[in-house]
Amino acid sequence: MSRSQAWFDALSTQELPSRYRSVAIADSDLGSGPAARLLAVVPDPGNVYPRARRGEVGLLEGIGLAHAVGEVIELDRGLADDQHRPIVAVVDVPSQAYGRLEEQFGEYLYIAAAVDAYATARVAGHPVIALVVGSAISGGFLAHGLQASQILALDDDKTEIQAIHKPAAARITLRTIAELDELAKIVTPLSFDVRAWATLGYCDGLLKVSNADQPTSADADLAREALRDAIARARQGPRDLTNRLQSPQARHARQASLQARQRLTEQWH
Amino acid sequence: MSDPSVSAAERPELEALWHRHSFLELDARARAFCVLDEGTGSEYCGPFDRIESPWLEPQGLVPQADDGVVVVKGLLAGEPCVVIGVEGAFQGGSIGEVSGAKATCALQLAARDARAGRPISAVLLLETGGVRLQEGTLGLNAVAEILSALLELRSMRPVIGVAAGPLGSYGGMSIVAGLCTRMVLTHEGRLGFNGAQVIESEAGVAEFDSSDRALIWSVNGGAQRYATGLADALVLDDVPAVRRAVITAVAAGVPEHHRSEELGVLAARLSAGDGGQARFSLTGLGIPPAPGPGQGPLADSHPGAAQQRGAQS
Repeated sequence: MSRSQAWFDALSTQELPSRYRSVAIADSDLGSGPAARLLAVVPDPGNVYPRARRGEVGLLEGIGLAHAVGEVIELDRGLADDQHRPIVAVVDVPSQAYGRLEEQFGEYLYIAAAVDAYATARVAGHPVIALVVGSAISGGFLAHGLQASQILALDDDKTEIQAIHKPAAARITLRTIAELDELAKIVTPLSFDVRAWATLGYCDGLLKVSNADQPTSADADLAREALRDAIARARQGPRDLTNRLQSPQARHARQASLQARQRLTEQWH
Repeated sequence: MSDPSVSAAERPELEALWHRHSFLELDARARAFCVLDEGTGSEYCGPFDRIESPWLEPQGLVPQADDGVVVVKGLLAGEPCVVIGVEGAFQGGSIGEVSGAKATCALQLAARDARAGRPISAVLLLETGGVRLQEGTLGLNAVAEILSALLELRSMRPVIGVAAGPLGSYGGMSIVAGLCTRMVLTHEGRLGFNGAQVIESEAGVAEFDSSDRALIWSVNGGAQRYATGLADALVLDDVPAVRRAVITAVAAGVPEHHRSEELGVLAARLSAGDGGQARFSLTGLGIPPAPGPGQGPLADSHPGAAQQRGAQS
């Protein structure tokens, strides 16, 4: 069983119908506040798009996520700020779908629809929390997770957050995998180690669980507690992504971003 | 159609071809300035501010003092506008920490101005392969932040994307194109998430033969994107033509629903359930066929046509 399915099952209180088998939707009772809406992209060996059968975000997944998030926005429209239900994205996505049909239809637009929906929900006041339980790579993570107000990840060797999977990163940047691994020791953003990623300023918590593949009930409890804390922080925090620049880690790792922003803001008139 | 006895005067689009001023051959900075009204642009956080990517030198790569993104603010048809141009000649037009921060910050400042009652539109010149892989997760996050800032501004003012080519707009930055209020493409522009070479190496030559140029253009090319309703204007590679298309796109204002919100349209495009054999069906979607030479946007790029429409150039 994929990690996305395992964690989705562990956190789900009541599974809800979804138009696409690869987009799993559930209500998740976290123990306080309104139940969170849980969303996961899961492998569907019967997906009509062959390049999206292993849990990638492709055409159906993009539109499916957009629908599911849009539904939450509709449900809570007009409610008081603290009543907007949280959205929890369980993230284990190997990438976007790499296929010709996907390109023909304009996969970028289907992914944009998911990004649009997640960002809209965040701005509307829904705490959007990403829980990275496995791979969070490339367009998959951009579509499902990276618009979150808070990002949590399992402190585990198989949790990977990167711009592209390792063989492709090596191939495209004209390096061997060994060279890439060496470079990652001095250039932190190149690392596939989630602990290295956590030093870059946009990690809101690493969760040490006993079994990342098949979470125990204690693991699920730990995750629920971390989610509750993250939701509370999100309700207090900004509704844009500027918190990714304000953490102590960001102030160290992203000095160049801060410098560029400061210069641009001073010159703007 | 190609009757040689027809004089240039009868084929104004040919006249435009002879006299055109190539947009593609300009670098990002020149493109940004020439989109805006002449003499109105000034650059923000430019190369003389010397804020470079800190991540390239340790990898033996040469950084650039503007990190490959130029931010130029000025007037477009007399109204405030910020142009964010990606330089395709630096690291494949990829977005890294600094270039991403510049784009995000410019969009956020524009949104701040718009909220304060000083409306300003944005134009994104996309010449980009997407996330800069040499900056890994910080590049990926930089693109996520651009997307968020773009949406912030888009609800108040038009954000227009231009994919002129020759690189096109790919990878994470193609999502930017998907979120733009309107997209302007040239015949040389391409738009897609995964390039042909990447798909070929991921899924084999049968899935996408990257040596088949005709196939690439039939999937990702500007004419195809325009014909299938994924772009709003298809223009000649000509500075006045691109500028006019951008002015028209801004003037059309903020629509009630953006392309990335039209889930019904997106669903209708897919004929899922046919075992992955889905193909475009133009008939039934109400999408016009690609314009032939001498029709539509190409003819539109003739200066006379613009004057008739009352657009400035």
